[in-house]
Amino acid sequence: MPLDENEKERLVAKARQIREKIVIITEKCGGSHIGGSLSQTDILVALYYKYLKVDPKNPQWEARDRFVLSKGHGGIGHAAILGDLQFFPEDQLLDFNKTGSPFGMHLDHLKVPGVDASTGSLGHGLGIAIGMAIAARLQNLSWHTYCVIGDGECNEGSIWEAAMAASHYRVTNLTVFVDRNKMCIDGPTEEIMALEPFAEKWRAFGWNVLDIDGHDFDQVGDAIAESHREDLRPTVIICQTTKGRGVDFMENQKEWHYAGLDSEMAAKAIESVRRS
Amino acid sequence: MAARETSKGLTWTIADADHMTQAEIYGEVLTQLGEKNEKIVALTADLAGSTKIGRFEQRFPERFFNLGIAENNMFSLASGMSAAGMLPVVSTFAVFASLRSAEFVRTDICYQNRNVKIIGTHSGTSFGQAGTTHHCTEDLGVMRTFANMTVIAPADSFETAKAVVAALETEGPVYIRIGRSFEPPLHQDLDFDFEIGRAITLHEGTDLTVIVSGRPAVSALEAAEIAERNKISMRVVNMHTVKPIDEEAIMKAVTETRRIITVEDHNVYGGLGSAVAEVIAKNGKACALRSLGLNDEYSIVGYPDDLLNYYKLDADGILEAMQELLTAEIEEDEDWEDEY
Repeated sequence: MPLDENEKERLVAKARQIREKIVIITEKCGGSHIGGSLSQTDILVALYYKYLKVDPKNPQWEARDRFVLSKGHGGIGHAAILGDLQFFPEDQLLDFNKTGSPFGMHLDHLKVPGVDASTGSLGHGLGIAIGMAIAARLQNLSWHTYCVIGDGECNEGSIWEAAMAASHYRVTNLTVFVDRNKMCIDGPTEEIMALEPFAEKWRAFGWNVLDIDGHDFDQVGDAIAESHREDLRPTVIICQTTKGRGVDFMENQKEWHYAGLDSEMAAKAIESVRRS
Repeated sequence: MAARETSKGLTWTIADADHMTQAEIYGEVLTQLGEKNEKIVALTADLAGSTKIGRFEQRFPERFFNLGIAENNMFSLASGMSAAGMLPVVSTFAVFASLRSAEFVRTDICYQNRNVKIIGTHSGTSFGQAGTTHHCTEDLGVMRTFANMTVIAPADSFETAKAVVAALETEGPVYIRIGRSFEPPLHQDLDFDFEIGRAITLHEGTDLTVIVSGRPAVSALEAAEIAERNKISMRVVNMHTVKPIDEEAIMKAVTETRRIITVEDHNVYGGLGSAVAEVIAKNGKACALRSLGLNDEYSIVGYPDDLLNYYKLDADGILEAMQELLTAEIEEDEDWEDEY
């Protein structure tokens, strides 16, 4: 069911705002995983500005939904949203990467309010999210667990151990998104370590598989709704995305997996985001 | 199962220990604790039978999770469960917990300071005939280097029971390494004090000290009794907690006996011997140290008790080291006597 136009426009505008913040912080702090943070932004904006049940004033709220960014290098994108929502004073983000700052490449749950698990090493977050979901079920709690994994991350064996376990234990109070931006550090995923046929792999592991445009808020919303309806299998939403989305000179360029920006480039990037 | 609950808590006698291996006692303890605390969940990787955590499964099937032969994900799962309010106890062979899944233990549990308890079974060379791939003579070393981790090597089944109780009463990650088959008991029953981080003096002595962790503790006590008959006064310190180590007990051994032998079913690098050496060196007091263990080698195949003998971790081996140490020329410094 498509979102109403105002709602959609609100999310699109917010996504632009978040992308702009990612550019600004990256310029300030010397460099970031900007490509993957831009590709995941629409998924995270949909969650944090519409679907996720969280309270910025009470990050430890026991009944909150859980969110695990298994592709932890997307931390700057996650932090930009948490800052915008005032989980912490937003201007702390200007100290990103500085010695002693709570903010570095990969967010620490013990230091950053709003972060449910410390990720960074790939292949861990999905298992952590599944553990949370199982714990919720054991305690008869109704909160939901969301997890975003990278596509390159799916080279890791532990992702498939997790996929097998989630299916075996019918973990349905879990929604997983794959940021399928088709790039890893050294190049396109299909050239480095091919994942295709990707959707079929998840189906073979017993998951309910959805394949959508990860930059379309209508499709993201519909997919989340279907995940909540599905009560037999865990759901994975493969989100076709573009690495570096929103900044024309970064899109699909492996060099922008991790990079810095000078003020001139940052200005061009912001201009591109505003046009997107 | 002849376990009785008394006003002191859980009670077993030596008669029960004869019928239960270390792993079985811990499985029983965990099950009893599970009755009292519904947050406790148990996880294994297709080793419910071997690690005896299956006892918990029988009583609480809905709180038991077998992850199949997939250890790495098991530790991630435990981290997530802990984050969401459960108290996971994870059990697999020591080699898989400490080596195969080292990064998952360190990054998902220790770094995030999750309240997860890990029981590594079949540690050291206790898996005998299974050989090196299933032995683990590195786990004390590895786990020691993970910040936030408490590392315990109980001497027998009674200590294992105490260690499990203590671990569940402590916040934060704990690693307990135990054996596998019918290790002889050190204690008679559960009527002794057990405190994480506080060594137990099994035998007083003044000529030298044997500091031991884990299953060779019984051998060390045996050696002390033989030594005593030969008029040698051997102190035996059961260092069940390797981290945090009991520095005071070590330094008392240094200043009161000056000669120390460490004994562990582990590589001489990285485990108890190294931990003791660190304390001695840091304190700067004169001491002669010998470390018994596997001499940076991979283990051979053999029956577990034979391997203790082969690696000189039994009473004979300890007495041999004692002879060497007592007759060795040690350069005493001028203050050797004064530092008493």
